[in-house]
Amino acid sequence: MSLGAAILGVGLVAPGMADWTQAVPVLRGERPWQAEPLVVPKPALLPANERRRTTTLIRLAIGVAEQAQLQSGYGADELACVFASAEGDTDIVDRLCEALSQPQKPVSPTQFHNSVHNAPAGYWAIAAKAQGFSTSITAGPHTFAAGLLEALSWLHSEQQPVLLLAYDVALPPLLAPHGDVQLPFACALVLAPPGSAGAIARLHLDEAAASGDAGLSAGLATELAALAMANPAAAALPLLRHLACATPGANPGALQLPGMNQMLVVQPC
Amino acid sequence: MPAHKLILSHYTLSNALGHGLDASWQALRSGRSGLRENDYAPAPLPTWIGRVEGLEAMAFPAALADYDCRNNRLALLTLEQDGFAQQVARLRERLGASRIGLFVGTSTSGIEETESAYARRDTAGQLPAGYHYRQTQSPFSLADFCQRHLALSGPVQVISTACSSSAKVFASAARHIAAGLCDAAVVGGVDSLCQSTLYGFNSLELVSSERCRPWDASRNGINIGEGGGFALLQRADDTLTGPVLLGYGESSDAWHMSTPHPHGDGAVAAMEQALARAGIRAADVGYINLHGTSTPSNDRAEDRAVVRVFGSQTPCSSTKGWTGHTLGAAGITEAIFAALVLQHGYLPPSLNTVEIESGLQADVLLQGREAAVDVVMSNSFGFGGSNCSLILGGGQ
Repeated sequence: MSLGAAILGVGLVAPGMADWTQAVPVLRGERPWQAEPLVVPKPALLPANERRRTTTLIRLAIGVAEQAQLQSGYGADELACVFASAEGDTDIVDRLCEALSQPQKPVSPTQFHNSVHNAPAGYWAIAAKAQGFSTSITAGPHTFAAGLLEALSWLHSEQQPVLLLAYDVALPPLLAPHGDVQLPFACALVLAPPGSAGAIARLHLDEAAASGDAGLSAGLATELAALAMANPAAAALPLLRHLACATPGANPGALQLPGMNQMLVVQPC
Repeated sequence: MPAHKLILSHYTLSNALGHGLDASWQALRSGRSGLRENDYAPAPLPTWIGRVEGLEAMAFPAALADYDCRNNRLALLTLEQDGFAQQVARLRERLGASRIGLFVGTSTSGIEETESAYARRDTAGQLPAGYHYRQTQSPFSLADFCQRHLALSGPVQVISTACSSSAKVFASAARHIAAGLCDAAVVGGVDSLCQSTLYGFNSLELVSSERCRPWDASRNGINIGEGGGFALLQRADDTLTGPVLLGYGESSDAWHMSTPHPHGDGAVAAMEQALARAGIRAADVGYINLHGTSTPSNDRAEDRAVVRVFGSQTPCSSTKGWTGHTLGAAGITEAIFAALVLQHGYLPPSLNTVEIESGLQADVLLQGREAAVDVVMSNSFGFGGSNCSLILGGGQ
């Protein structure tokens, strides 16, 4: 039996691409990608006072989740959640370790509870009143693939829609020379059982599919391929490009995501 | 009920009670706490801690030297207890490295290295040579290290949902196995002492200057501990023995970042889901290992939740008075304690608890009790409102 899902919603936030609508022409190659400064989302779901207490990473995650959720037609409280971030909130790690390097150790309580890897998941759950399943994971450079496997196995077991998001911010200056995340990037998918109506595309895992069917990873423009290397969440770009280019009835494409032992087959609807 | 019955065929742990299963069980049996007055030099706060002996002096493999940090030392120490790594190697030879998943939890990974590096910046203000972000600080480093040490190449993830992290690994592994993504899994978790959690919980005024005493009328906070634990999850067959993973439940409070829902709504949802998945009634559970952190609001919320699901008849205890709160390792530590309860037929008391707060109604044990039980539950609840309840049975 093969694992699969219907994609009901997509979200994207990156430098030069404030949302999925802006990303589509770039992913299709109709407009070049330019590394403009990130426009940090102001999610409608977060009240203004709550927004002030959050960080760039939290707003990035919730902003991209909101895009995909709204497109999916599901209420924010109806979706299970897989939050995938390779490094978590490294701006907070930076501030925490800066504070701890001072004699008085001035750690702020808000900063501390925001430092947990599942802080974005906690803020989302509170804002969305989502009381169901939620997990927050990392698999380093393969975080997007691990998140996708987690979401697909959850769907397989529970047959309920799930919101998958992957997001990372650029490492702060002191840590940047030592790690791998150079640019902010976030994307989100709402995945539902394979037979669900209203799908943008369907995907499934295939152990046996020949690799390089459609050469999708090679389909990225040079500058987008560089972006895909600059953030673990941007490893989703070949898949996202396929969704942006999907025309109804087109042939399925297969792609290999780093960190996944199977091929990912994408069928436009 | 998981699609395939899963057995914890092998397991091990290390914490303030010592290295390996025997050390933990002897201490639980004899009422010997592992807590000590805080002697973790980088964070000299007036509190008690659960510290693992011997981490500083142990040898670390040269081939993985970049991964050397307190957290990965504790992982290595634990993997090498009770023949655990050898059992994984045996299974790897049988199933293949790519068919064994690895699901581990941690909350702070090797952040002690970054704390230390920030304090030792060079004259140009840069972090010192020999600082290895990817291998120590990155939240993935624990899984990365374990995967290399165990030579596994199946699906891998770190779950980092604060204090529920290493309980949720069982659920994630069960789903991956049910979906055919792997045939067996190493699950576990490790968290180690660091300044971030000691000063962080202190800034929230949640650290007690005394020994923690869950459910006690005069409890006033947590003691932070460190710990590691691992279990090998395999599909049941005739040759395997061990506790069975009967059920799991995962929920979100959707309430507050650092305090639980006052009526325990999220905890109730996790426990009820675990019971439903196991296909059993509340009355079938013979012992509950509470999350029981010993802060006033946490214990009160959990008491309400437990009483809403179980009434006041089910014996329960928090083992934080033994180990301290091992945070991201609490889930695996206490799941293994629950497995030991099944194995030995003895329910440990809530150590240090003298007088239960008036109004709390769960049957929290102040004395240990000899009792053969068939089914046990372990609760783990974390910041961000992340809840997980596990049910283990002694059937196999």
